[in-house]
Amino acid sequence: MITRNKALAAVAVVGALALTTSACSSSKSTTGGGGNGGSTFNAAATSIVNPSTKPGGTLKLWSTQDVDSLDPAIGYYAFVWDLQRFYVRSLVGYPSKPGAAGLQLQPDLASAMPTVTNDGKTYTFKLKSGIKFSDGTPVTSKDIKYGIERVFAQDVLPNGPIYLISDLDEGQKYPGPYKDKDPQGLKSVQTPDDSTIVFNLQQANSDFLYHLAMGGASPIEQAKDDGANYAKHPLSTGPYVIENYVANKGFDMVRNKYWDKSTDSLHSALPDKITFTVTTNADDLDSRLLDGSIDVDAAQRGVQTAAQGKILTTPSLKADTVDAPAATIRYISIQTKVAPFDNVDCRKAVEYAISGTDQQTARGGKWAGQLATNMLPPAIPGSDNYDPYNLAAGQSQVTQAKAELAKCGKPNGFSTTIAARSTSPKDVKQAVAAQAALKAIGVTADIKQYDGSQSGSTVGSPDWMHSNSIGLNVFGWGSDYPTGSGMLSVLIDGRLISKSGNNNYSEINDPQINGWIDDAAKASDPATAAADYTKINHRVMDLALYFPGVVEQSLNYYNPRLTNVMFNQELGMLDFSALGTSDGK
Amino acid sequence: MTAPLHDSGTATLEVPADQVPESAKITGRSPGRIAWNRLKKDKVALGGGIVVILLILVGILAPVLCALVGQDPDTFHTNLLDASLGIGTPAGSFGGMSSTHLLGIDPISGRDLFSRVVYGAQISLIVAFGSALLAVIIGVVAGMAAGFFGGWVDSVISRVMDILLAFPQLLFSIALLSVMPDKLFGLSGSGPRILVLIFVIGFFGWPYIGRIVRGQALSLREREFVEAARSLGGGSVHILFKELLPNLVAPILVYTTLMIPTNILNEAALSFLGVGVKPPTPSWGQMLSDSIQYYTVDPTYMVIPGLAIFITVLSFNLFGDGLRDALDPKGN
Repeated sequence: MITRNKALAAVAVVGALALTTSACSSSKSTTGGGGNGGSTFNAAATSIVNPSTKPGGTLKLWSTQDVDSLDPAIGYYAFVWDLQRFYVRSLVGYPSKPGAAGLQLQPDLASAMPTVTNDGKTYTFKLKSGIKFSDGTPVTSKDIKYGIERVFAQDVLPNGPIYLISDLDEGQKYPGPYKDKDPQGLKSVQTPDDSTIVFNLQQANSDFLYHLAMGGASPIEQAKDDGANYAKHPLSTGPYVIENYVANKGFDMVRNKYWDKSTDSLHSALPDKITFTVTTNADDLDSRLLDGSIDVDAAQRGVQTAAQGKILTTPSLKADTVDAPAATIRYISIQTKVAPFDNVDCRKAVEYAISGTDQQTARGGKWAGQLATNMLPPAIPGSDNYDPYNLAAGQSQVTQAKAELAKCGKPNGFSTTIAARSTSPKDVKQAVAAQAALKAIGVTADIKQYDGSQSGSTVGSPDWMHSNSIGLNVFGWGSDYPTGSGMLSVLIDGRLISKSGNNNYSEINDPQINGWIDDAAKASDPATAAADYTKINHRVMDLALYFPGVVEQSLNYYNPRLTNVMFNQELGMLDFSALGTSDGK
Repeated sequence: MTAPLHDSGTATLEVPADQVPESAKITGRSPGRIAWNRLKKDKVALGGGIVVILLILVGILAPVLCALVGQDPDTFHTNLLDASLGIGTPAGSFGGMSSTHLLGIDPISGRDLFSRVVYGAQISLIVAFGSALLAVIIGVVAGMAAGFFGGWVDSVISRVMDILLAFPQLLFSIALLSVMPDKLFGLSGSGPRILVLIFVIGFFGWPYIGRIVRGQALSLREREFVEAARSLGGGSVHILFKELLPNLVAPILVYTTLMIPTNILNEAALSFLGVGVKPPTPSWGQMLSDSIQYYTVDPTYMVIPGLAIFITVLSFNLFGDGLRDALDPKGN
């Protein structure tokens, strides 16, 4: 009997505990107040925080996620691209500058921007002299060509960006350097001498330079290439070399003695050493970050909710954070091939019914994203404030939604299904919020969850979408490079609809949109291409193909001892390669 | 029909007739009556039983209770979230508790937690009772057959039970629930999920009760009344259901009561792992799993479903323990 009474008493204790812990959380800390050198909240989004040229110290990067690959042809995570800025250089690259200036490509290994001839199909680069690999071998144009050839070997080096394949393959399905026996290699890339490289494209493509800025276009020394194993010991052309890489543990980067500052205007290379450490405990990472024992969360996905609460209520911590929009949009696609969404008015009803604010909250609140009114995020050229459905208000507009339903012949609503990745809890929350909003206009939505790693064969398969009657699909897309094409074309180009791995979820195949996509690709001037994408974006919204949701942001804290802190718009995160330490430790 | 065997504990103190008040005259008391008298004296078990009855009422009356407080479990109240902090946590202390939202609201969507907990009780209890019923039916039939017939029947059934007990139940359930189609027997929404949960939990639960019934049946089949029934020409089915079953009611009742809290925990665990009922249907396990990322900023959200599971499981266990003591005082 005694033990049982104790058990009942334990219930009371737990209840009492619940009350006290709740009470603690409600008393918000009001201490603190600007403990460092002049940084203010989000200053790094538009300016350089703590500018300095002081070298030295160790930059400590931690991450809950390991790199996908250190091989520059494979790495595809945005933070890995950020890390590549320490050891990978390409013909062209992005400068370390805040704001839109950071999106303007500059020559890096090339001595100048290329001469473009033959109606935009031929690009000729001259290389700088005095550039060496980290083993002391000089870099020649043939190394760059070899690096690009490796991207074609998708059987050995899969999962990286493959834009260069579609740019440079001449229909021969070039198999990559490991299988190709022809000494001339990839014929669309020519190297008349060691310091000249010529690219011959099949079609003019105003995005080509952005593809050349990716790691896959960086030089690789053929003698040191061992295929899939190269990722374990990549050579460097940048200011640092990678040492001691252990998968799921991390690595160090130390100075590359063959890197010559005089050949490099894009990388400041201030720290003496950089350490990258993988941890499994996100809350532990946050607490180390906040107590100053590490410098930056390398994955840059934002601190956990617990740390968010602490940072936002402590002004001295909030001063050292950045929370700027990335070129990533979290949208809900509306299926034009699934009834009743084949009718544009039914699609418009969805645009009016869903509450943008609830979608934003589902993703974690105003720090996790800003309301999008159309499908081009602000960092993309051609973006504007086009807002045909008054989405800036962020509210459910039941009257307008019901009017659209009536126009589409379904005044009493209908049933549909929302697909969401069970592996992305925020996507599921978006789906639940959309479900609740649609219920208010009489639309009954069921939620179909699927494993996100299978998205290529589920939502990426139009057949699967049709057989499961998926009318709405919660998904996200971030551009790989800052152009309208990099952001939008895969989502809306009707000629890219495929049996599996499809990204044009709405299955829109609109001649007008397709024509403008081609016009933009042929444009020699970025402003012309941007204007085309403004038109495309407006038409996408007029056709109500996507509920744009939010442009993603993450609340990231950085150690106040860091210098030259700035947000890189291209990567949507802090520019690691610009960072230095003020205390030299 | 033969009288159940629990006669050993029925001997009562012989009291001189003149000392006994008229109303309390010793008459023949049934074993059930005796068990009830014992149970009444066990205050803890009685308390557990009352809580169990209350919970069942809450589950049945969920729509009425929600209508009484004027809330429903699916309506968003994002205007009640803390807009200045902006991370989707409820405004105000104790997870946004107020006179309209008695237990507060959940983060991100601001749905009323009281309604979600009450509807969550409905789901938990439907799954727990449904799967217990399934497990008892399979377990009793298989256990009695194994114990009574013996031989190869016993070998086969016992080996099946061994296999099921050794089966990686949780992994199998996760795999099965994640590949289940969304529509089943013409049901959509959460209906098919509830059926599959009942099936999975019940199917893996029956060997526990099956083993106990088999053991009991094994000892009972040698007893005189079974011999008597057989010599009078009773068939196997008659003996199983008319002779053995009534004597097995007590252990079955006890183990069913003790199985229900395990099933509640199983349902919570599967929901916690994301393979339970589909959103927006509320479930305690799902709420608990969701609350993990808010435990520092909104601990109320974790405590409430946690307490709901805790109280339910505890009261079923206390009641089950008391019931066992009452029905079989010689048992441990």
